[in-house]
Amino acid sequence: MINTDRSKYPKKIDGKPEIDLDSGKYLKIWQGPQHPGVTGNMALELTICGDEVVECKTHVGYLHRGFEKLMEQRKFIQNFPIVCRICVPEPDTNEYLYATAIEELGGIKVPERALWIRTLNLELSRLGSFLMQVGGQAGAFGMGTVTQWSITHRDYILDLFEEMTGGRVYHMYMLPGGVRAPLPEGFEDRVEAVLKKTEKILSDIEKVLLNNAVFKGRAMGLGIITPDMVDKYGVVGPNARAAGLKRDVRIDTPYEKYGELDLKYITGTKSDAYERTLVRFQEMFQSISIIRQIMKKMPEKGPFYVKTPNVLYWKIPAGETYKKAEATRGEYGYYVVTDGSDKPRRVCVRGPSYTHAIALLQDLIVNVDIADVPGLMTSLHTCPPEIER
Amino acid sequence: MSLRDIISPFYVWKRVFEKPYTTPKPLEDRPGAPRYRGFHKNGVDKCIGCGTCEAICQNQAIDLVPVEGIQTTDGDSGLRPKIDYGRCCWCALCVDICPTGSLTMSNEYTWVDNDAEVFRYIPGVDKKDWDYSEKGYTRADDYLLNNPDRVPMEILDPDTRTKSFIEMVKGYSKEQAQKEADRCVECGICIATCPAHMDIPNYIKAIREDNLEKGLELLYETNPFPGTCGRICTHKCEEVCAISHTGVPVSIRWLKRYIVDQTPEEKYNQIISSTVDKNGKKVAIIGAGPGGLSAAYYLVGFGYDVTVYEARENAGGMLRYGIPEYRLPYDQLDKDINFIKNRGVKIKYNSPVGKKISFETLMKDFDAVFFSTGLTIPYSIGIEGEDNPGVIPALDILDDVTKGRDPGIGKRVAVIGGGNTAMDAARTSKRLGSDVTIFYRRREIDMPADIEEIEEAKEENIKIIPQAIPIKIEKGKNGSLLFTWGKAEMVDQGKGKRPKPVLIEDEIYTEEVDTIIPAIGQQADYDFIPKNIAEKLHFERGKVKTNESGQTDLPNVFAGGDMVNKTADAISAIADGHRAAKGIDRFLNK
Repeated sequence: MINTDRSKYPKKIDGKPEIDLDSGKYLKIWQGPQHPGVTGNMALELTICGDEVVECKTHVGYLHRGFEKLMEQRKFIQNFPIVCRICVPEPDTNEYLYATAIEELGGIKVPERALWIRTLNLELSRLGSFLMQVGGQAGAFGMGTVTQWSITHRDYILDLFEEMTGGRVYHMYMLPGGVRAPLPEGFEDRVEAVLKKTEKILSDIEKVLLNNAVFKGRAMGLGIITPDMVDKYGVVGPNARAAGLKRDVRIDTPYEKYGELDLKYITGTKSDAYERTLVRFQEMFQSISIIRQIMKKMPEKGPFYVKTPNVLYWKIPAGETYKKAEATRGEYGYYVVTDGSDKPRRVCVRGPSYTHAIALLQDLIVNVDIADVPGLMTSLHTCPPEIER
Repeated sequence: MSLRDIISPFYVWKRVFEKPYTTPKPLEDRPGAPRYRGFHKNGVDKCIGCGTCEAICQNQAIDLVPVEGIQTTDGDSGLRPKIDYGRCCWCALCVDICPTGSLTMSNEYTWVDNDAEVFRYIPGVDKKDWDYSEKGYTRADDYLLNNPDRVPMEILDPDTRTKSFIEMVKGYSKEQAQKEADRCVECGICIATCPAHMDIPNYIKAIREDNLEKGLELLYETNPFPGTCGRICTHKCEEVCAISHTGVPVSIRWLKRYIVDQTPEEKYNQIISSTVDKNGKKVAIIGAGPGGLSAAYYLVGFGYDVTVYEARENAGGMLRYGIPEYRLPYDQLDKDINFIKNRGVKIKYNSPVGKKISFETLMKDFDAVFFSTGLTIPYSIGIEGEDNPGVIPALDILDDVTKGRDPGIGKRVAVIGGGNTAMDAARTSKRLGSDVTIFYRRREIDMPADIEEIEEAKEENIKIIPQAIPIKIEKGKNGSLLFTWGKAEMVDQGKGKRPKPVLIEDEIYTEEVDTIIPAIGQQADYDFIPKNIAEKLHFERGKVKTNESGQTDLPNVFAGGDMVNKTADAISAIADGHRAAKGIDRFLNK
């Protein structure tokens, strides 16, 4: 447990810390942009006093690939293969949001079966992303075995994706009009096999990670997000739910087939790194339950794609829309503006990491031991690629 | 924190006795999933080099390149896609949109090579291990980015249309035309096949963008008969349309018609600029058919003073006197011709060359002469009794109907032949109230008539008897005719040759009919060319030989149309006219 009273430095004048680097009490070090303790490529400019962080400045810009600008110069269909590249661990949310925004603006109604397949895709993607996160969380506290277990099981989900979509990481499956192909034959059995394996590994992880004195000792009390911080920083997803807030886009404004599935808010109270891990852990079980529900309700026949106007010159009337979905990191949004031409006028991606990694982290990191910084950052489940589109 | 939290992690030791989740590296080769998007494969024989893959690729990873051993032909550009794997992102949009379905992907995961150059290759041409792999990404059934279905054209039902000569095809509405235009992938494969090389993708684009003025301008760049061709063109372009490989070709002909139908005649002059300085040179044109008027139109555009000599009382040639009104209404033909006249083309009607004015005079008075008088003399069937009254050549009937005269056909009509003229004669007779039967010596699939003409004739209750060889015609009772014909069997003539119909001796039938209409083709009438000039021209199988500019062996004499080309259709005549106009311009400006 962190003794929040232990720091005498720096003194605060008008609420701002007074840091004199020449005093010898402080040291400025950079964590990142290339660092195993940082999620993705971003940098933390840390000022430490002893092994305690007293100030932090977050830096992004190392990953900027200009997706949003690029999209303004490409036809609507040509953006479909690049949106997934905005986020490696969870590309499907991007695919879905881009497709659904274009469908809304272009007046396309997606067939029922495609909605089910998309929901399955999104939920499998959430499960895979959570598995990756829990591995990262354990790894950040030096428990690499759990990381290997969970990443292997994420790979089993990628196997399913490969079979379903034709791609392991970048699936390029949900496109305006529906999905590219129906589910492969016998897919349900293979999904169930992976879910069973995942349930087993999750129960193992529970024993070695969640019921682990070391993990508890380091994660409990780390990075507490107070209720007033939630709205101040726009905290979403499991980070907000671990603070006790009932916020989940899948339930608040159901999209695709989430409205027809049984799911509930999974919340916590303590709002520290441990609580957030716990919330995500339960969400994984919920995802497994949702996937089973989807497989049960999924229609076996019917169209999975509806023809759009010729994609080579599809012009979409002027309009704008904001579409959102619940990614593993929270509410993920796409603001798309069209101007009647064959290319989007503006595509703005709102990833939850924008606030979690840039602003919230700067605040939470003060008074945290430098050794716990990776654990804190991972507990916010930040993903720099979605900050820099 | 409890004792449980300290003991619980030791649970991990249980794993020591279990199969590990991970291995240092894959111990077994694991093939990609059946749907995996690996390296590309291409069926080069199926591919037509349309370049749609290149058009959709957002990474410009695809280049269409010439390939040794693959020739450019109608419907095949001769090019094939070359993929650059330094750019490709394996999205497979190229596979999804490929109009022929030739482009697919293998399920190959890895490919290692020290030479970076090899990662740019032409699938299907540069041989790879995965060329014949059955697995890999292909389009799912019911998923295609192209639209294979044509917007249906509204056509009068057979009962209504056979009661009058009213135009049977109603034409597209704006919404329908735009929807149909949206199916085009702008590959341009059609341009090379169209005899006139019309800029089809761009005029279709003009429809899509609702810029009909631009569309009309583009039509007139290569064809001064767009209204006519929008109705009766043989549309070779549609036969090679990329979309036809997975669906129904884009309705190029009806789309052309849409542009013309939606543009009032009065607006033509505003759309197509006509300010050309006269160059003082004169060209005479013999025959005001599509070839002659096309040459005239473009020559006027080049600044020539053009006079067209037409034997009949009206312009249009076979378009007017050979094509029935239900296919090409006269007012629509007039719309095309009026604009040609408005551009400054002078037409002298009732002025048969060789009678009213001699060919030599034209050669003397004009800087160049272009003739395109078409095929006007019907072939004889060559059977006994062909000269009986009641045997009327198809062209005579069509001519009479155009002029509003009664062609004098009876109730029971037999048409002999399987070309478009035979169909026109048969369907015209039907509209005049006759019961019509078509006799054709070969199989129905061998009929040279457009397939839709044949289908429509059948819809109109016209009976088609294939493999029927005419034997003789005799006089019957009460002015009727007894038409004797024999059933033929098709005898194989070896590879590359079409089977020959041979009479089956014991299957001879006689039909009692009132009128027999031979329609087995026509030949050119060269009587208007004096012998001394004709001797200097070169003829081959009844057709005038010209060079690629339409120039005959006499340098200032050019020719075109049915009497020159093999295809003998309107669009070829129009193309010949345009080609000759450019040839004359080059010749006179040497």
